Amino acid sequence: MQTMTGQPEAQVSLSAVEVQRIKADFEILEHQVNGTDVVYLDSGATSQKPRCVYEAEQHFYENANAAVHRGAHTLAVEATEIYEEARETVAKFIGARTNELVWTSNATEALNLISYSMSNASLGRGGEEAARFRIGPGDEILTTEIEHHANLIPWQELAFRTGATLRYVPVAEDGALRYDLLDELVTEKTKLVAFTHVSNVLGTITDTRRFVDAARKVGALTVLDGCQSVPHLPVDVKELDVDFMAFSGHKMLGPTGIGALYGREELLNAMPPFLTGGSMITVVDMEHAQFLPAPQRFEAGTQRIAQTHGLATAVSYLQEIGMDRIAQWEEHLGAMLYEGLSKIDGVRVFGPSDAPRIGTVPFEVLGVHPHDVGQYLDSRGIAVRVGHHCAQPLHRALGITATTRASTYLYNTEEDIKALIDALGTVREYFGV
Amino acid sequence: MNELDQLYQQVILDHSKRRIGSPLVEATAGHLHGESHQHNPICGDQIRVRVELNDEDHFESMSWEGEGCSISMASASVLSELLPELTKDEFLDKLEIFREMMRSKGNFEPDEEVLEDAAAFVGVSKFPARVKCAMLAWVAAEAAMLGANK
Repeated sequence: MQTMTGQPEAQVSLSAVEVQRIKADFEILEHQVNGTDVVYLDSGATSQKPRCVYEAEQHFYENANAAVHRGAHTLAVEATEIYEEARETVAKFIGARTNELVWTSNATEALNLISYSMSNASLGRGGEEAARFRIGPGDEILTTEIEHHANLIPWQELAFRTGATLRYVPVAEDGALRYDLLDELVTEKTKLVAFTHVSNVLGTITDTRRFVDAARKVGALTVLDGCQSVPHLPVDVKELDVDFMAFSGHKMLGPTGIGALYGREELLNAMPPFLTGGSMITVVDMEHAQFLPAPQRFEAGTQRIAQTHGLATAVSYLQEIGMDRIAQWEEHLGAMLYEGLSKIDGVRVFGPSDAPRIGTVPFEVLGVHPHDVGQYLDSRGIAVRVGHHCAQPLHRALGITATTRASTYLYNTEEDIKALIDALGTVREYFGV
Repeated sequence: MNELDQLYQQVILDHSKRRIGSPLVEATAGHLHGESHQHNPICGDQIRVRVELNDEDHFESMSWEGEGCSISMASASVLSELLPELTKDEFLDKLEIFREMMRSKGNFEPDEEVLEDAAAFVGVSKFPARVKCAMLAWVAAEAAMLGANK
C-alpha cells in the first residue's frame, strides 16, 4: 500500500489508532494513579514493559531454566541456546556481529568495564596486544559537559587511577555542545573520546560524525553512550563507526538487570578482562588463568539468562513495529512537547531550539521548585522525573540545580502531552506564584 | 481536603515564601554556635544551618540558607521560629516527635502545643518520597547543635 506522498506505508509514522493498540500491550498503562488514568512521561528513566517481555521471562523459568555454557543436560543446552539467540537478536538490532555484544548488568557496568579494562592494561595486563588500551600521565580522556554521571565518573576514576588527564567539551548557554572546540580539544594526547548519542536531560541528538572524525584523526578510541538512542532511534554501530557503545535493557522495554556493551571484535579480543572468575577462562592453574575470547571473556559468573531472553523479546517487539516509525512518532511528540511547553506562561524550556531531539524535554515552572511541580503533576496521574537526572554538571552549566523532565516512548499519545500541558497551566496558581 | 492539599497546607506554602531565619547571620562572638550543611542527593536540594546557644544551653537562634522545594524551605522556616529559647533536650524531644510523625504514613495526631506550625507537616508523612525534604533542616539543626563550640 502506498500513501498519498508515494512513500511505502512502512516509512510512515505510527497512527493514533496504532499507538492505542500498542498501549494496550502495556498492562501498567491501564492502571489508575491517584484516581485517574496514569500518564507515563518518565520513559527516559525507565520504560514500561509489554506483556510479551515478562511472559518470555516466565516461560524461560517454567521451561528452560538452567545454567548456561556448562552442564550437558537438556535444560542446560536449551538455556544456552536461548541465551545465545538473545545475543544474536540484540546484536543484529544495533548492526553488530554476534561476538561483538557483551552482556552486562546495565550501561553503567558496560562503561566501567572499559574503564577498568584500560586500567588493567595500563598495569601491563593483556601484554603487548593490549598496549593500545594503556593510558597514563600526559594522555588525555575527552568527554562532554552533557554526560550522564555514568559516562563521566568512570572516566574521572580512570584518570585518577592512571594519572591521565580528563578534559571535556563544554556546552553553550542553551546547552548545545560546542562542536567548534573539538579540533582544539582532540589532540595527539587524546586516547579516548566518550560522548552520548542523545542527552538524557535535553533529549538532543548528538552529531556523532564530528566526534568520530575528530577521534579517528588522532587514533583515539570512541565510546558512545547509547542509553537514550537505542530505545528511540534506528541505531547501527557500523554506520556510526564507533569503537564501543553501551546501552541498557530497561529503557527499551526490556527487564532491569540487563544491559550490553558493543565493541569492535578485534578490540574486545585484545582487552584484558574486568570481572574475573568462572565461565570466562580456558585453562587455570594455581598461579595463572587463560581467558576465553570475547564476549565470554567479559561474562564472569552465572549470567542473567531470563533477562537476556526478556530483552531479546523486547527487541523483536520494537522491530515488528519498526524503529523508523517509532522515531518519527516520538519526533512528533517531542515537537509537540517543546512547542506546547514553550507557550505556557511562566514555563521555561531548556535546550537548544534548533537541535534534532527525541521526545524528551526538560523545563522549569518559574517560582515553583521541580519537586513541587512533580508532586502536583503526580496528583493528576502524570509521572515525570524531577531533579538533576544524574547530570549535575549540565545543570550547573545551565545555571540551575534541578529541572522537571517529560520523556516519551512509543506508547505515549497526543492526549498524554495535552494532559501535561493542561496541568502545567495551573501549577503556579496552586502554589500562589 | 484531598491528599495534595494536606501536603501543601497553607501554613506550609506561607512559610516557604516567608523563609523565617534566612539568610544566615553571623554568630555572636563568645557564644556557643555550630553549623551544618546537608544535601538531599535525590534532588540536589541543600541547606546550611547555623545555630547559636547561650551559656544556659538554650537556643538563641537558628539561621539558614538553602535551595529546595517548598516542603524543605518551609520546614527550615518553621524550625527557625520554633527553636529559640528551647533547651537542647527540649529540641531533641521535639525532633523525636517530628521524626515519629514523619514515619507515621499519616497515622498521627500532632499536638500543636508541642510542634506549633511544624504540626502542619503531618500531611507530608503520607508521601514517603517527601519525608527527606521535611527532615532536612531538622537533621541539619541537630548536627549543628551537636558540633557546636565557642
